[in-house]
Amino acid sequence: MTQHLLPLFVAIPLAAAFLNALLGKKIKRLSDLLSAVATFALAAASIYAVLLFKETGVIVYKVGGWAPPIGIAMVMDGLTCLMLVTVNVIAFLVSVYSIDYMEKYTEKWNFYCLFLLMLAGMNGVIISGDMFNLYVFLEIAAISSYALVAFGTEHEELEASFKYAVMGTLASSFILLGIVFLYSFTSTLNMADMSMELAKRGPSQIVLLVSVLFLMGFGLKSALVPFHAWLPDAHPSAPAPISAMLSGVLIKSLGVYAMIRVFFSVLGATPQVLSILMTIGTISIIVGACLALGQWDFKRLLAYSSINQIGYVILGIALGTPLGILGGLFHLLNHSVFKSLLFLNSGAVEYATGTRDLQKMGGLKEKMPVTANTSLVASMSIAGIPPFNGFWSKMIIIVACVQAGHFAHASWAVLASILTLAYFMKVQRYAFFGELKEGLSRVKEVPLFMKLSMIALAVLCVAGGLLLIPGLSGGLLNAASDAVLNGKDYGVIVFGAIK
Amino acid sequence: MKEQDRGMTLIVKTITRLTVGLILLFGIYIVSHGHISPGGGFAGGVIVALSFIHIMLAFGKEVAFKTVSQKVASVFESLGALIFVTLAIVGIGYGYFFLNFLAKGEPFKLFSSGLIPLYNMAISFKVGAGLFIMFIILVMFRVTKKGEGE
Repeated sequence: MTQHLLPLFVAIPLAAAFLNALLGKKIKRLSDLLSAVATFALAAASIYAVLLFKETGVIVYKVGGWAPPIGIAMVMDGLTCLMLVTVNVIAFLVSVYSIDYMEKYTEKWNFYCLFLLMLAGMNGVIISGDMFNLYVFLEIAAISSYALVAFGTEHEELEASFKYAVMGTLASSFILLGIVFLYSFTSTLNMADMSMELAKRGPSQIVLLVSVLFLMGFGLKSALVPFHAWLPDAHPSAPAPISAMLSGVLIKSLGVYAMIRVFFSVLGATPQVLSILMTIGTISIIVGACLALGQWDFKRLLAYSSINQIGYVILGIALGTPLGILGGLFHLLNHSVFKSLLFLNSGAVEYATGTRDLQKMGGLKEKMPVTANTSLVASMSIAGIPPFNGFWSKMIIIVACVQAGHFAHASWAVLASILTLAYFMKVQRYAFFGELKEGLSRVKEVPLFMKLSMIALAVLCVAGGLLLIPGLSGGLLNAASDAVLNGKDYGVIVFGAIK
Repeated sequence: MKEQDRGMTLIVKTITRLTVGLILLFGIYIVSHGHISPGGGFAGGVIVALSFIHIMLAFGKEVAFKTVSQKVASVFESLGALIFVTLAIVGIGYGYFFLNFLAKGEPFKLFSSGLIPLYNMAISFKVGAGLFIMFIILVMFRVTKKGEGE
């Protein structure tokens, strides 16, 4: 019976989204309630999924009762559990934050409808065991995110959304082309079956071509450096809760997760691919940090910082060693917590003062104590100050780099970490410390729900380091890194788990 | 402007009056026979939407809104998606998500293949209403530069 949990991750947000579209306009406050209840149910289900995974191991769900490889499969392994927890817990807190924040926009129910559709798409990408379904869910999430970036419908937002839509569609086309080649080569769309078929046929030119296409496609989705140009426009233009979702979880589930799944589990991670990913990751770390330093727009700075931090995640995972993968995945989880918190902070500041320009702020600490203190926690976490969660994951990644003998990568990572500290000190100094600027004397702290979700995320930042103790997290991180390390055994494991 | 002056010429209006019912009927036929012949919810939904778009092109948008308003179309769109998800979730009660739990019947008969005709119907609601709304939006919204009035 418990296996029916899997399709609910897609079904609940879809049903809630369309109920919102149908009834949200007529019944006031219903869309707030519906979205909060649905995301809470999903967050609870994702935590239950972790406990379930500990007992039963890998679960394969046959959609419609048709057995894979003919039928569509949904697969839950360790990596899936980690991603589900990350996405759904953040989505719940963001949804609570939106209750107050979205009051300043009209047509709130449309916002919730798109938000839940995006969530359904992300959960679908994570849980799907079928290559084409992965693409379909990826498009659902991507298209709703294009609409959400344009939600303010001002000139700047529409321009950013158009740029994002063009780049995103380009990425989707690369991914679709890659899937087409793989399908014509292996005659199957089931990822487990595909992985076994590719292993049987050995190395070939077509796999190389597909690798390049996927590298471009998922690289664009996860905004790694040569493909990052859309992110600094798109993420700041969206409403703050959506910026938090985009930077916090969307680029990870559509970009990083899909990339790991395809490269490690299906195509097989060759040393060439890993070294390319490692180089791209390191370049992202440096370029992201340098560009973030020069920004004066609060949200734009955070957007560049996302590029910087995604570089760490990719660097860790591309090391290919158990410690590196553990560190990369842990940093992925941590980054989604503190980056969402920072975007929510920037939203709170914008809500209270009406500006995103750091030079126009100052001394907000006395007027907005909750926002200031939570953002201090998040800044310390992202800069890697002990004992916050960011410290542990960055340390693991750097230690793993040194262990694997990549001293250059390790030293760049350390240097960029200092730059991260520098640009977040800049945020703290200009926005929250110092003299209170004129015209800001009437600023008030934000409403209750916004405060609640910021405090909850700050607590997660502080407590995040405890996840490294396997007893406390239910072995979440180890199970996830094992799932990545299993690599091409994915096919055997999935077919072994079909009941 | 008088009502008969809106839209296109008399020839177009007369032909539209004659054909529009047939187009709608053909759309419904494609939807309802989706499981036994080429076509289905998507293709049928597009044809149903085209019949309303046809009215709008020939008679102008005021007449078209009298037959189907934007609000009604939007309700149908959400309803279609909801029916689809609900049918899929009901399947869990019978054993699996998306399980086809109705009797399959005899192949190539109109009332056969269990839930598939219902899924087709839900898709046709979603696609038909969605396409109609998209057309309305493209017709109604005009890009204005800053400072320029409507």
